[in-house]
Amino acid sequence: MKRALLLAKRECWAAFDSPVAYLVLAALPVLTATFFFLLGNFFAEGSADMRAFFALLPVVFVLIAPAITMRMWSEERRSGTEELLFSYPFRVRELVLGKFLGAWALLALALVATAWTPLTVAWLGDVDPGPMVGGYFGALLLGAACLSAGLFLSALTQNQIVAWLLGVLLLAILNLPALLAPMLAVSPGWSQLLLAFDMNERFSAMSRGVVSFGDLSYFVGLTVMFLCLNGLVLERRRWR
Amino acid sequence: MMSTDSVAQHAAESDGQSASRDSVVEVCNLHKSFADVHALRGVSFDIPSGAVVGFLGPNGAGKTTAIKILTGYLAADHGCAKICGHDVETQPMQAKALVGYLPENNPLYLDMRVEQYLSFAWQAQCQQNAESKSQAIDRVVCATGLQSVYRRNIAACSKGFRQRVGLAQALLHDPPLLVLDEPTNGLDPLQVVEIRELIRNLGKSKTVILTTHVLPEVEALADRVVLIHQGKKVADGSLQQLAQAGDGAQARVVVAGTKDELVQLLNDVGCEVVQALNAPLGSVKNCGAIVRLPGSGGSKALAAISAAVAQSNLSLLELNSQTGTLETLFKDLQTGAVSA
Repeated sequence: MKRALLLAKRECWAAFDSPVAYLVLAALPVLTATFFFLLGNFFAEGSADMRAFFALLPVVFVLIAPAITMRMWSEERRSGTEELLFSYPFRVRELVLGKFLGAWALLALALVATAWTPLTVAWLGDVDPGPMVGGYFGALLLGAACLSAGLFLSALTQNQIVAWLLGVLLLAILNLPALLAPMLAVSPGWSQLLLAFDMNERFSAMSRGVVSFGDLSYFVGLTVMFLCLNGLVLERRRWR
Repeated sequence: MMSTDSVAQHAAESDGQSASRDSVVEVCNLHKSFADVHALRGVSFDIPSGAVVGFLGPNGAGKTTAIKILTGYLAADHGCAKICGHDVETQPMQAKALVGYLPENNPLYLDMRVEQYLSFAWQAQCQQNAESKSQAIDRVVCATGLQSVYRRNIAACSKGFRQRVGLAQALLHDPPLLVLDEPTNGLDPLQVVEIRELIRNLGKSKTVILTTHVLPEVEALADRVVLIHQGKKVADGSLQQLAQAGDGAQARVVVAGTKDELVQLLNDVGCEVVQALNAPLGSVKNCGAIVRLPGSGGSKALAAISAAVAQSNLSLLELNSQTGTLETLFKDLQTGAVSA
């Protein structure tokens, strides 16, 4: 764990050395606040309700999470530092976990930067703390799943742009089942199955303040699955 | 061909040797393929403690693949590699902790300052801290002469200093084995001299594997050379052994007389003419030849030529033994004179 944290620290440092960290830290609060206050119905409804704010996060994460992770493996591979990293006494799981924790810390910082939106809402009216806490907790879990998927895809290519595009595509697909269910599902059973895999649906339940074991398992399971796939890709590359 | 037999025989003998107890590196029957390319075909060698070994071969010979397996970046299809008795595949953490590695092209985190990078590399590599981080960093900064760029961003350092940073990170945990892949690649002549001096000093206390195309560098630094070609080891021995084996013992003979007489005389004493020399020493009345000496060469063969010339109508003007070089062995490899 100590080595994973060492790598996480280096990743944070590298992110702040490039425009990525600053873009993420600026984009997440600005995009969410703009859509929530200016383009949404917040002032028209006159209700201190944060659901519309959290409803934006899965869409914003589709763009932002792959931007955080796109360079993490692809740049190591392109520059050759991956070889050096593998010559150090790191276990593959420490390398993957270190990269993931670095990315997650950056996303968590960006989420902290969005706090001025709920604080403004709380200043204007009475906010129900349950959905807000549930929403931020869910956002961390949603972010973890998105980042682990992006990290896995970054390990597949040396090109950062390709990694970002693949990430956006995969996360968009994971957010689509709820939209596609009415068109594709031939029976209610199929519809339920498609909804069970929808990231957006899972997160929206949490943003209402309902944290179920199923939703928790979904996000943790997805995160662990992509981290394991990432490790397998790295291990497989040694045997290429 | 004498030289081929000699080199191959020596390589085979080394293959058969069991690993000595103080071997730092034991590589046994390594095989590695990439798609349809068979990069390594059963490479084996041992390196004892304290040796500076030049690991040579033409482009695509498989030397970098072998180095990558030894340092844990690639896994071998077959065979094993051990560092101080620790198998790099089954005991990777123990094995990697004993290696300091400078990869080809010296990849570095250019976004970090030298001090930050060395701090990161120390924390990544040091498992049992015999010395503190500051002590280790002070030691390598002094050894590699990085004082003047210590707080500078790596991206802003010259190529020579970057190479020193790469060497410094490899030395931080004071490993018994240093693996340096093309350490002077792309440096200017002054920087090459400085890095060679540094490697020479490191070789006094550590086992060093040096991969390079610059043969004079190997001749200047290495005690021993392992030559691989087309994925197989074709030579393994001291520089002296290989230089002799590479082109055999040769001599340059110049006489006053005709070419036919000289060739006849040389054939009579068992010499093979490698190259005829036209009008040597600036006179058309002279003729000469580079010859491969019979047997193991040496003064006996030279004396035989001298005596034969004295008994003939020819006048001996020059008779020099010529020491073979690694270049000639390398050329033999590329032209197929030494077969893998």
